Amino acid sequence: MSGNSTSTSSRISTYLMMIVLIVLSLSVVALVSAVYLYPSDFQFAVVLMAMGLIAMGMSVYVLFQSRKRVASMKIEAPKVMTTIECKKCSFKSVREFQRGDFVFKDLDPCQKCNDKMIITSIFKEVKEKEKTYGV
Amino acid sequence: MVMFTAMEVLPNLFGSGGDSISSILSMIFYVIFIVFVFYGQRIQMYVMIREVEGSLYKLKYIKEEGRKITIETIKEIGKPQTDPSARVDRYLEYFTISPQSMDPAGIVYKLDHILDVRDSRFKDEVKLMAPASDEVQINNLENTLEAAMALNYIYKVVRHFYIQGKKTLSLYIIMQLQMILPLVMKEAEAYASALKAFADGQPIGDGAGPLVAAKLMHGYETRKVPKDCVVARVPMEGRTALIIKAEGPGGNVGKPGEAVRAVIDENKGKIASVIMIDAGLKLEGETVGEVAEGIGAAIGGPGVDQFKIEEAVVKYKIPLNAVIVKEDIGDAVSPMRKEIADSADKVIERVKNVILERTKEGEKLIIVGVGNTIGIGQ
Repeated sequence: MSGNSTSTSSRISTYLMMIVLIVLSLSVVALVSAVYLYPSDFQFAVVLMAMGLIAMGMSVYVLFQSRKRVASMKIEAPKVMTTIECKKCSFKSVREFQRGDFVFKDLDPCQKCNDKMIITSIFKEVKEKEKTYGV
Repeated sequence: MVMFTAMEVLPNLFGSGGDSISSILSMIFYVIFIVFVFYGQRIQMYVMIREVEGSLYKLKYIKEEGRKITIETIKEIGKPQTDPSARVDRYLEYFTISPQSMDPAGIVYKLDHILDVRDSRFKDEVKLMAPASDEVQINNLENTLEAAMALNYIYKVVRHFYIQGKKTLSLYIIMQLQMILPLVMKEAEAYASALKAFADGQPIGDGAGPLVAAKLMHGYETRKVPKDCVVARVPMEGRTALIIKAEGPGGNVGKPGEAVRAVIDENKGKIASVIMIDAGLKLEGETVGEVAEGIGAAIGGPGVDQFKIEEAVVKYKIPLNAVIVKEDIGDAVSPMRKEIADSADKVIERVKNVILERTKEGEKLIIVGVGNTIGIGQ
C-alpha cells in the first residue's frame, strides 16, 4: 500500500507531461516554419521564431521544474558528528555518529594516556550560510 | 512530404502580411483580456490549487517515509514477533481531547492528568510494539512515533482544506491554505528531520537546556526527582546550585514543574533564585545559537509545568531568571546544530554572571535545563 502511494506521489503528472509535449512539438513546428519562411517573408519568420523559442523555453522550464519538485521530495539525513575527548590529556577526535552514542557516554580508554574517553558533543554541520538580506 | 505540406499551410493560417499578424495579435490580446476579466479569479484559484496539490504530494511522501522509518526502527530495535505496521497505523490515529474550559478553575490539573494518562498509554503501546527495547529505546521510539503522528496529522489537515476548497471552489479556503503553506511545509520538514534524529537517538536543538545542565552536573552525584528528572548538588561560585534536568539519554522532557516544586519544598523555600535554561524561538534575522537573558519561566509545552513553577516560586517569593538559546522551529526538532552545541559554554558563562549578580555567597539556587534530553546523558 505504502509503495503504491509513494510511486503515485513522486511521479510527474501525465496530464502535465502531455501538455508540455504538445507545446514542445508545436514550438518545433513553429521554428521549422520560421526557417522555411525566412527567405520569402522575413517579418513573419521572425515572429514565428520568437513564438517558437518562447514556447520551447517555457515547456522546457515546466519540465525542469516538475523534475526538480520530484527530486526535492527526498528527505535528506544530515551528517551528524560525535566529538570524543580525553579529560586527562585533552586528546580529541571527531567521528561520524553511531547509534547508541550520547553526550557524556564513557568510551574505550584513550590511545595516548589510557584514561577513559567520553563523548563531549554531538552535532550536525550546516553548510549553507543563512541569507542576511542586508538589514 | 506530408510535413512539407503542413509547413506550407501553416503560415497561410496566420496570414503572410504584417497587417494580418497585427490583427491576429490584437485578437489574441482581446481574447486574453476578456478571458481574464471573466475568469481571472478562477484561473488564479487553479494556480493556487496546483501549488497546494504539489505541497500535498510532498507532505504525503514525507508522511509515508516517516511511517516507513518508524516501522523499520521498531523492527530493528524492538524485535517484535509480529509485523508492527497495523499497530503503528492505529497509533498514528490516536487523539487527545483537552479538558473542558467553560469553568477554567482547576483546568491545569485536569490537563496534567490527561497528559499523564496519554504518556503512560503511549509508553505501554510502544512496549507492546517493541518488546526487546530498554527504557532509553522506549523513550526514543515514543518520540519517533510522536513525530510520525504529527506528520500524519499535518498531511490530513492540509488534505482536508484542499479537498474542501476544491469541492466548494472557494477562493478564500484555497487562498488561506496557500498563504500558510510555506510555514506548514517548514514545520513538516522539521518533523521529518526530527523523526530520523529520534530514531537514532541523536540530540536535537531543543536539548540546549539539558545539555547545559548536563555539563554543569557531570561528575557529580545525581538522584531522581519526580517526574522523570534528575537533580545534582553542585558547588558554583561559592553558592550551592541544585541542577535539574530530564533524565537522559532517552527522548524525554520530564516534568520540570514537579521537579522544581519538589526541590523547593525539600529546601523549605530557602532558594535565592531559580534560573531556567531553554531553547527559545528566534526571529528571522537573529543568529542561531545566540544567547539572551530575561525574567520568567522559560518553558514551552502545554503550560502545565510553567504554571507549577510559577506557583512554587510565587509561594516563597523566589526570583525567576531565564537564559535562552535562540533557534528556529526547524533547528529545535532536528539534530543539534554545531552553533547550538557550542553555545552551551556561553550559557554557562551567563548563568555564572547571574549567580554572581543576583545571589549571595553561601545561598542555594536552582538551575533547570528545560527541553528534550534525547542523546544527552548526565
